[in-house]
Order: sequence, then structure tokens, then C-alpha cells
Amino acid sequence: MSGHSTNYEFKNPAVKWLDSRLPIFSLMKGQAMDFPTPKNLNYWWTFGGILAIMLVIQLISGIVLAMHYTPTADLAFNSVEHIMRDVNYGWLLRYMHANGASMFFIAVYIHIFRGMYYGSYKEPREVLWMIGVFIFIAMMATAFMGYVLPWGQMSFWGAKVITNLFSAIPFVGDSVVTWLWGGFNVADPTLNRFFSLHYLLPFVLAALVFLHIWALHIPGNNNPTGVEPKSGADTIPFHPYYTMKDLYAIVVFLMVMAAFMFFAPNYMGHADNYIPANPLVTPTHIVPEWYFLPFYAILRSVPDKLLGVIAMFSSLLILLVLPWLDSSKVRSGKYRPMFKWMFWIFVFDCLVLGVVGGNPAEGHWLIIGRIATFYYFLHFIILLPLVGLMEKPKPLPASISEDVLAKSDAKSS
Amino acid sequence: MSTVEEVNQDDDSTRRDFLYIATAAVGAVGTGAAIWPFIDQMNPDASVRALSSAEFDLAPIEEGQGITVVWRGNPVFIRHRTPKEIEEAKAVPMSDLKDPIARNLNAPEGAEATDVNRVVDGKENILVMMAICTHLGCVPVGEAGEFDGWFCPCHGSHYDTAGRIRKGPAPTNLEVPPYKYIDDNKIVIG
Repeated sequence: MSGHSTNYEFKNPAVKWLDSRLPIFSLMKGQAMDFPTPKNLNYWWTFGGILAIMLVIQLISGIVLAMHYTPTADLAFNSVEHIMRDVNYGWLLRYMHANGASMFFIAVYIHIFRGMYYGSYKEPREVLWMIGVFIFIAMMATAFMGYVLPWGQMSFWGAKVITNLFSAIPFVGDSVVTWLWGGFNVADPTLNRFFSLHYLLPFVLAALVFLHIWALHIPGNNNPTGVEPKSGADTIPFHPYYTMKDLYAIVVFLMVMAAFMFFAPNYMGHADNYIPANPLVTPTHIVPEWYFLPFYAILRSVPDKLLGVIAMFSSLLILLVLPWLDSSKVRSGKYRPMFKWMFWIFVFDCLVLGVVGGNPAEGHWLIIGRIATFYYFLHFIILLPLVGLMEKPKPLPASISEDVLAKSDAKSS
Repeated sequence: MSTVEEVNQDDDSTRRDFLYIATAAVGAVGTGAAIWPFIDQMNPDASVRALSSAEFDLAPIEEGQGITVVWRGNPVFIRHRTPKEIEEAKAVPMSDLKDPIARNLNAPEGAEATDVNRVVDGKENILVMMAICTHLGCVPVGEAGEFDGWFCPCHGSHYDTAGRIRKGPAPTNLEVPPYKYIDDNKIVIG
């Protein structure tokens, strides 16, 4: 938060009057305009802004969809078809919301992997990272409950399988599941409460995002070199430099989203969800939405029910302690020759888990899934702590400016 | 000679501590009591609990045929087993079973998972059980799997002709719901 001026004199008398009573303009000027930002941020850093816009798009499209949707088991499926056929621009709003969820996850995965590559989770940004993990978990809960609302076959059976994960809890598991369902099966009460919580959670998300940005603005941004800014020469004001850069990235990202919305609106969904929910018939091949597949693969690769559930939740929660698992003092993966390889193998491993999660848990898929699950945990528990001690990092630039100038010199010569 | 004041001071502080703890305890109980309605409202309501028993006629089910009925919103398998299926189930040694407990709410708790403990004695041809995989709740497919019984397509659990788990991630045998015969061919579940 260093470097921004809070004693700026506003010229407009009304602004001045309000600001001296509630310093909202000073805050915005200091945090959103003058905020000193490293001058070398690349396009991987634009995904934070993209995510903020995605949250807003999901909130607005969701609030208007709720004006036409009916959260009861008898009417839910038909009310979604009513939105698609009868409501003015209903098809657009629903495709925006459904594809928006997928695009939200694409952006969050890129954002998380960027943080991993450049060591953004390291001291002093541990709390910033941990709040991010909570945001990710809240996003997953929101998306899961949202997918249940159309009340198709995948909605129903996805809800059943995921809520049944809690039946693995020793002793109280079955009572917990009955409590979650409000009955003896996923039914009307379940749908109704999922709708209520699906509406609530995005606001919890917004509050967490506020904390995430607050925690970001204490140490300021990490950057591709991982070297903290040392002087004014290393930073530029957030506005207009990064507002414009982020805006450009947002426009490009939204073009990709529009391409899905208009030309392949159901590509990231599942055809079985256009069959109304039937509690008596399970689809032959249940798959969750694509963004859950790696975690689903981990769940299925463990042959024991309770241990499978524990493995799945651990694969998420282990991210919370990532700052303490990585023993390297060097932040950015750019200067870590061994870690760089490990990072890309880890990305590949997550993609493999995703493919495994989308295929039946038998034959060679089961074996690949087990190896990939094993490697997932190996990466965090063994490799990260060890490699940090073993590898010899490349020399770090003295400052951000020096690194930027060295690059432009190399280009011009 | 301990002074009176010292003793009184000790007494005072103990009494104050006691009051603190007592107040906090009453506060905690009050908060808990206030929170409970908000938690309990999510449990099954009276209209859901009211659907707790249902009657079914078994006469139309031929040997080798199975039907799926609905009880409390959940599918229940009723299968008229063939002699071959009963023989297969009886021939399985207890040591081969992944879950050695009958999981039959009509049998004594913890009874062994023998074939006869999974059905009603004397009515061994009729097998009644919840059509809910004990892994994550999918509906298994009948006359399938490596043990000639049921197979769950979701995560690959195999059940035998008595609905006992034999292979795959499911931890327990398919559950037998509480039911009784009200005459020779009719049962009441629940």
C-alpha cells in the first residue's frame, strides 16, 4: 500500500465534502488508480480482472434467470424450457449463465496455475493465496448447486452422488445426508434449498473477493521476476496502464465466451441433462461438469469409499498449505530450472486426471487414474519440499527495471 | 495466621470466576437453542415422513422376473429369484464376502450375511432390497455384473444374486428395508 497519496486535494467541492466525511474517493484513487503496480506484468496477470468481470456477469445473468425459474421438482425442468422458448432473450441469458460458469472455471484455473508458476503464494502473500483457495472452493459449491437446478438426469444424479460423499463420514454420515436432502432421497426439498444457497453463495464469493483484493493490496502484486519492486522506477500506476491492459484481455476473453454461447452453447454441457430427472433410472455413464473431472478422477481412483472421499477433499485442501510445502526461497519459476519442469509435468498430470475423470473407471483408465492421483500428491508432499533444497536457481535480476531493460537491450542489439 | 482479607479475596475471585463461567454456559445453551430450529428445519418434514409405508402385491412377478417399486421416493428391487440364483447365493462361503453383515433391518442386528438372512425364511425366492448402491447412491442394473446379480454403472460395484457386494468400491451389501408379509403374496415395506 506504499506510495499512494491519501492527502490528495479533490477540486470538486461536492466530492471534497463527501470525501472528508467518508474517504471513498481517496480510497478509490489510492487503490484503483494510483496503486503502484510492477511494470512488467504479462498477460497471465489479466485473469484476476477477467474473473471479477465473470463474477459480475454470473450475478446479473443469474438474478434475471431467477425471475423466470421455478425451484420445485415438478416445474423446474419445464421452467428452464420456458426460459429457452418463451422468455424474451431467455435463451441468451441461460446460455450466458451456463457457459459463463465454464468460462469462470477456465479463468480461475489459469489464474491458479499462474500463481503456482510465479510463486505468488510465497511469503508475504500466503493469506492472499489461502483466501483464493476458499474462493475456489466456494465457486465449486456454487457451480455444483447451480447445475442441479435445471433438474435433468445429470442434475439429479450428480446431486445424488455428490451429496452421498458425506455418507462416508463415520457414524453420522447417513443422518447428515438425510439432513442435506430434507428427505430420504434427492427430491423437492433438496432442489428448493439448493436454489436458495445457489443464490446466496455468489454474495459470499463477492465478500471473499473483497478480502482477496484487500490482502493483495497490502504487499502489492507479485510479478514475473518474483523480485519485489525496489523503487518508483519499478512500478507504474494501475490506471491507465493496467485498467487498459485488463480491459483488452477481458474483451478478448469475452469474444471466446461469445463464440461458445452463439456457436456451441451446449458443447461444455451434457446431453443427458435434457432428459427430465428420473429417480428410478441412473444414466449409464454419470460425469460431472468438466471442471470437476480431475477431482472426480481422484475420488474414483481410490478403491475404498471413505479414503476416496478423503483423497478428493485433500487434493483441494492441500492447496491451503502450499506456501509451506515449497521450500525454495526463489519465487518465480523462471529462475528455477528443476521446478519449471515439475510445474509443466504437474499441469499435464491435472489434464490427465481430467481425461480419466471423463471416462469409465475400469481397465487402463483405472490404472492411469491411480498413477496420476499418486503423482498429484507426490508433487505437493515430496517433490516441492525436496526440489527447493536440491536445485540451484539461476541468478535473479537486481530489480524489475534491470530485467526489463536487459530484455529491451537484447531485442535492439 | 492468615488474614481474613486474603481469604475473602480468594473467595471473591472464585465467585467471580464461577459467575463468568455460569453466564457463558447459559449464553452458550441459549445460543444453541436458538440455532437448533435453523438446523432442524432442513431435516425431513412431516409430509415427507408421512410417506413411510407402502403395500405391494407380489403375485404378478414370475420366476426370474424383477420389478422396481418406489418407497419413500427411493427405488426398491423386488426379485423373484430362480432356484439357480438361490443355489449360487447359498454356495458362497462367508469368507468370500466383502461385507459379512446381513444389512437386513428385519434380521437381528449384526446377523451374518448368509443368503437366508437376506430374505424372509420360507420365502427365499423373493428378494426385496433398496435399489441404491451403497457407494454413492446410483441405481444398479439387474442381471448383470461378474456375479450374476447386479452391477452399478457409476463406479463399477458388483453384487451377487443375494445383493451382497462382491467387487468394487461399495462398502456394504445392498440394504434390505423393513418389510413384512401381510398375506401369502403381499408385503408392506416400512
